[in-house]
Amino acid sequence: MNLTSRQKSKIYLITMYGLTALVALAVGFAADWDVIGRNFFNTEVMADMFPEVITIGARNTIIYTALSFALGLVLALVLALMRLSSIPPFRLFAISYIELFRGLPALITLIFVGFGIPIAFKWSIPGGTLGTGSIGLAIVAGAYMAETIRAGIEAVPKGQSEAARSLGMSQMRTMFTIVLPQAFRVIIPPLTNELVLLIKDTSLFFVLGSTPQTKELTKFARDFMTGSKNATPLTVAAIVYLIITLPLTFLVRRLERSAAKSR
Amino acid sequence: MSSPNPKGTAGSRHAIEVLDLHKSFGELEVLAGIDFHVNPAEVVCVVGPSGSGKSTLLRCINRLEESTSGQILIEGEDITDIDADVDGLRTRIGMVFQQFNLFPHMSVQKNLTVGQTGVLKRSKDEANKIATDMLARVGLSEKADEFPIRLSGGQQQRVAIARALCMKPEMMLFDEPTSALDPELIGEVLDVMRGLADEGMTMMVVTHEMAFAREVADRVVFMDGGVVVEEGPPSEVLDHPKTQRAQDFLRQVADR
Repeated sequence: MNLTSRQKSKIYLITMYGLTALVALAVGFAADWDVIGRNFFNTEVMADMFPEVITIGARNTIIYTALSFALGLVLALVLALMRLSSIPPFRLFAISYIELFRGLPALITLIFVGFGIPIAFKWSIPGGTLGTGSIGLAIVAGAYMAETIRAGIEAVPKGQSEAARSLGMSQMRTMFTIVLPQAFRVIIPPLTNELVLLIKDTSLFFVLGSTPQTKELTKFARDFMTGSKNATPLTVAAIVYLIITLPLTFLVRRLERSAAKSR
Repeated sequence: MSSPNPKGTAGSRHAIEVLDLHKSFGELEVLAGIDFHVNPAEVVCVVGPSGSGKSTLLRCINRLEESTSGQILIEGEDITDIDADVDGLRTRIGMVFQQFNLFPHMSVQKNLTVGQTGVLKRSKDEANKIATDMLARVGLSEKADEFPIRLSGGQQQRVAIARALCMKPEMMLFDEPTSALDPELIGEVLDVMRGLADEGMTMMVVTHEMAFAREVADRVVFMDGGVVVEEGPPSEVLDHPKTQRAQDFLRQVADR
């Protein structure tokens, strides 16, 4: 049988569509929709969760994320500048820090900050879950974002800082008025990705323990699931996470596209 | 090689004086003992084959490049001294780059004021006024609110010259200012430079524009292999070069 390449690809497409439809039908018939509906999409349980899932769960998740991100960004900026410093001990410190905290599970860092430090020094970070958790996550996020910022700084052509220095600007002024503004244009998309990762990482705060008022979205859903003996709270939490993260990932895509256009 | 100018001693009236300057990048010696000077209000064009060290010499003069040994005096003040106020020095020396290096995230007007307000601590009004004057001087008054990316190469380079002039420098360094330009845009930049020369600005110009050097330069310095091979008025160096190396180079340039 002699087929042209167009005919071949047509047959291939039809086969793929057919198989997909078959699998969808099989799942549709085999699944117990009644059980699924009662356990994952139970409207009574859903109704019970409101408004606390928003006023406590989502609210805390956003607050924890915002503070972790802000602290992490400041830390990352300091680390990136140290990493690019001409002073060797600064560079060594920054490299060691970055490799250490990128190499550890965030959970270890959180437990260390939440329990290791209080056990060792009989002192805990003030601010409860918010303070401890945000600092723990910021320590980790700072390591990741430092590398992003460094790459952004290095992407700014050397002639830019030479021009600034030739006008008599100090190294600091050159960095903050000429280099960083250009670097941040490049790194806003990857930083937004980092923000999305942080939103999800706040779910690790459960390990620090919580009061009814300090639960973030995942912990709130998990406890509600135990109380209601139903999995619907997980579905609701998942949907709320997506409502927060999807606009951000769309934003990233748009920013990347406009950045590509301006280049 | 000693300077033909008998005034060439330390603390003299030279705007720029370079004494036995050496510069190496690793094993590679780019400047192999340069003696060089520029008098106040003089226009000196530095020519020579690529890799001869012209740009490195120019960049050493405002310490964008650190020399390995030797001295550089700006109006008699040794700037290779480790305690020298490099930032202060640079406000007195305007620099124009081959690649323009305008700040792309700032409007033309902001490009012209950022150094004035940030470094010289001029008031915003004063800085804006000076920027407007300088922009008019390079013939681009209507472009104040544009961003650099919207300008042609020639316009960008004129803005870059205006940016340097806004600092009211005592002298200007030009590092191949027209080499990155399309041929039809070179003239407008050279016109601005010619105007500056006519007003008595002290200028050191690294260039491949022999016609410009012949017309505007008070003195031409021919460099090759990291040393000054020949120097003198354009009529001598460009039209009647004494050394073989200068003759070869100028013949190649003329052939293009």
